[in-house]
Amino acid sequence: MMMALYGGLIIGLAAVLLMIFNGRIMGISGIAGTFVNMLFTPKARTAQSGEFAWRGFFILGMLLGGIGLSQFTNIFTEASMVSSNPVVLIVAGLLVGVGTRMGWGCTSGHGICGIARFSGRSVMATIIFIAAGMGAVAVANALFNATGGN
Amino acid sequence: MSSTFYRSFVALISGGIFAVGLGVSGMLNPANVRGFLDILGEWKPALMFVMVGAIAVYAISNLLAQRMQKPVLEKDWSNLPRPGFDFPNVAKLGAVLFGVGWGMAGFCPGPAIVSLPSLNPSVIIFTIAMLAGFYGFALYERMKHNKAH
Repeated sequence: MMMALYGGLIIGLAAVLLMIFNGRIMGISGIAGTFVNMLFTPKARTAQSGEFAWRGFFILGMLLGGIGLSQFTNIFTEASMVSSNPVVLIVAGLLVGVGTRMGWGCTSGHGICGIARFSGRSVMATIIFIAAGMGAVAVANALFNATGGN
Repeated sequence: MSSTFYRSFVALISGGIFAVGLGVSGMLNPANVRGFLDILGEWKPALMFVMVGAIAVYAISNLLAQRMQKPVLEKDWSNLPRPGFDFPNVAKLGAVLFGVGWGMAGFCPGPAIVSLPSLNPSVIIFTIAMLAGFYGFALYERMKHNKAH
């Protein structure tokens, strides 16, 4: 529980840097979604190279952080996947990708930055996606029990 | 050095700190996320404190930022969305879809990308599908936009 709180404080610090220096919301689906779109849209990429650049470097920072964690901690070896079924993973990935863009944000943008800025839509979004997630887990558990654990 | 250089540098540092924060918080373990969402089963509420900590830090600095004329490296605050209650039904549906996917795999976008260097096949499959979802939705929006003109 304390680790969750400490981790949250560190995540908050990362979001503060991006706001104070760059005037941007640290919303990962927005940053990565816009980056992927620009990556495959040369016109947008050259017209707004600065916009493309900072998003790319934010993602690079995340990946370097991930490499650091994989080298110096056993966080990834201790992590246990909810599912390793490729069909489940692909459907879940598509739902998260489409859903976060359609819903104007994800856990970081709505759940942290938006709520902290007292944005009503972010409060709504966070309640909705947490409730939907709880529903999905409840249904998955029921199916798991019904099929005797498969 | 151009302002793009400095902005990108801040973004790099912010992304790195974010990754470390996720690692410390337990969000990089999908089983923890599943436990947090398993309110009808063995509920593990610990991850709620990730939001509590992050929101506390961000809210305080947001109050400070309101006293700043402009961000350090930008000319104004115009890139920040205005807080508000407008949230159309289609966006609510998006939040539902996201929640379902999050519950199914235990990954939201940040942890998925940060976990890529683990080279875990499940992470790679999920993240590629998520990026395809980002791009697919962008293509759909563009198609809709072109039709309207």
